[in-house]
Amino acid sequence: MDTPLVELKSVSKYFGSVIALKDVSFDVRPGEVHCLLGDNGAGKSTLIKVLSGVHSPDEGEILVGGTHTRFNSPKDTLDKGIATVYQDLALVPLMSVARNFFLGREPLKKTWFLHQFDIEYANRTAYKELSDMGIQLRNPEQPVGTLSGGERQCLAIARAIHFGAKVLILDEPTSALGVHQASVVLKLIVQSKARGIGVIFISHNVHHAYVVGDRFTLLKRGKSAGTYQKNEISRDQLLNLMAGGKELVDLEQEIIKLSNGKR
Amino acid sequence: MSLEVKDERVRTVPLLGRLLSRPELGAIAGTVLIFLFFGITAGHSGLFSAKGIVNFLEVSAQLGILAAAVALLMIAGEFDLSIGSMIGFAGIIIAIPPIMWDWPVWASVLLAFASCAFVGYLNGLIVVHTGLPSFIVTLGSLFMLRGLTLGVTRGITGRTQASGLHEYSTGDWITPFFAGQVFKTPIRWLAELGVIGKRADGLPAISGIPVSIIWWIGLTLFFTWLLMRTRFGNWIFASGGEANAARNMGVPVARTKITLFVMTALAAALFATIQVLVTGSADTLRGNLKEFEAIIAVVIGGTLLTGGYGSAIGAMFGALIFGVVQMGIFYTGIDTDWFKLFMGAMMVVAVLFNSYVRARAMRSR
Repeated sequence: MDTPLVELKSVSKYFGSVIALKDVSFDVRPGEVHCLLGDNGAGKSTLIKVLSGVHSPDEGEILVGGTHTRFNSPKDTLDKGIATVYQDLALVPLMSVARNFFLGREPLKKTWFLHQFDIEYANRTAYKELSDMGIQLRNPEQPVGTLSGGERQCLAIARAIHFGAKVLILDEPTSALGVHQASVVLKLIVQSKARGIGVIFISHNVHHAYVVGDRFTLLKRGKSAGTYQKNEISRDQLLNLMAGGKELVDLEQEIIKLSNGKR
Repeated sequence: MSLEVKDERVRTVPLLGRLLSRPELGAIAGTVLIFLFFGITAGHSGLFSAKGIVNFLEVSAQLGILAAAVALLMIAGEFDLSIGSMIGFAGIIIAIPPIMWDWPVWASVLLAFASCAFVGYLNGLIVVHTGLPSFIVTLGSLFMLRGLTLGVTRGITGRTQASGLHEYSTGDWITPFFAGQVFKTPIRWLAELGVIGKRADGLPAISGIPVSIIWWIGLTLFFTWLLMRTRFGNWIFASGGEANAARNMGVPVARTKITLFVMTALAAALFATIQVLVTGSADTLRGNLKEFEAIIAVVIGGTLLTGGYGSAIGAMFGALIFGVVQMGIFYTGIDTDWFKLFMGAMMVVAVLFNSYVRARAMRSR
């Protein structure tokens, strides 16, 4: 089996007296979508922050490509090929798609004795990269604010891939999207996987996760509640495993009881 | 696999629509209107004679130098209210050492630029590191600088003004760069050809173009290039548009903002140098309200008060409108008391127009 691109081994993280993560192991391999599922407060955000170098773990190890490592900063993590696409997407709505695409990594062109921002290259490349991923722009100079939610998400993902991400961490990429927009993003996740990128897909939407996921790890109250291959578990089992599963069944029972009582 | 689908919802945007998405459009339209208005009401008063044009361009140029720098700072999402008193501060630094201690003027000018850069750096540092609104921080420096200038000047000279600098500055090599005139020969030719009127004594009505106008246009072009065609320009837009996103993408937001505070302070020093070397005197109260005039010019020029959007060219037209209206009111014989009413109203109209334009530009689908 391939060496995991990134691997956490029994990682724990404490904030004062709060145990945010306890003995969590997690990895992702090339060309794999590993879904991280869990309810609010399960520790998903903490795990992402450990993976992206925002927090360093109090216990446990991090391996990148099989070698022990430390993430000194988010920038350091990014340089190691692990890109996180946060929910706010790190996009500037008033700026053009191309300017956003190259934000912080502007291409330069030498003219005379000066290095200028090569805006033509930026426009061309942003347009091409996005259309390769099935996002047709009207104009690379249109402001990001005019894009739909799904298009913005795709822009942020395409940007991470263009700049050499081997591991993509996607934080709830479909949560704020409508059905069609979400399907566009899910398609892009499948495409990224086909390129050999390891995708860590954080979600609390089992339906979205199950469509694209290869493996599923459940987090519950800071602990791992198991990792499953897709062929080991059905969607309904997964739903039940999540905190919402049992509660939904209880809720259903209660509603039935209530409506019976009324009659 | 190709997902290429011709989007049936794409339409060709008409030219007007495309123009409307440029920030400086409002200012250019405003400039045309103002020229039409004064062309009709003040067409024969001399406002558009060579002398009149140089007069209003000189007013515009001085404000425009400030506005160009302020535009960039505002696009980065910050204000600098201290530039008004920084002008007085720099002017005094330029004037006192030569008059009191026989310094060469170039040295005092250099000191003024260095001092302003330092104050600008402090402004930026405090804003960036405390996270306080720059409006408040620089409001503080506005008062502190004015007080410092008054106190020091009165302490050294016993007065609040310093005059008679011409005596020291006329021979200095630095003076022509700030208070000189250019294009004297072409102006003489144009006068011979009858394009430019002559005075009674046969000399052209103007002897040259004040060099401040060259500074104004040069700085505007430089800042426009900086904004549109450099990496730093991209950082300016991003810092003002969504500082957090910019930071996440590795943009050095703090450094960008501090640099812009220094640039704005240097523009105030340049303004002061030009003013002091042209008039030959400095006054502790110089530059009063210039901080707001610069903001008005920038806002008329299409820059958003909230940052992230705007242009230096727009600020240039904003400053041009300012100069034309100020001199136009003077030439038409309207009481100059009405000037401020007019400019204030103009700014409100500009803001309304700009927010409409922006809403249009950002309209999704």
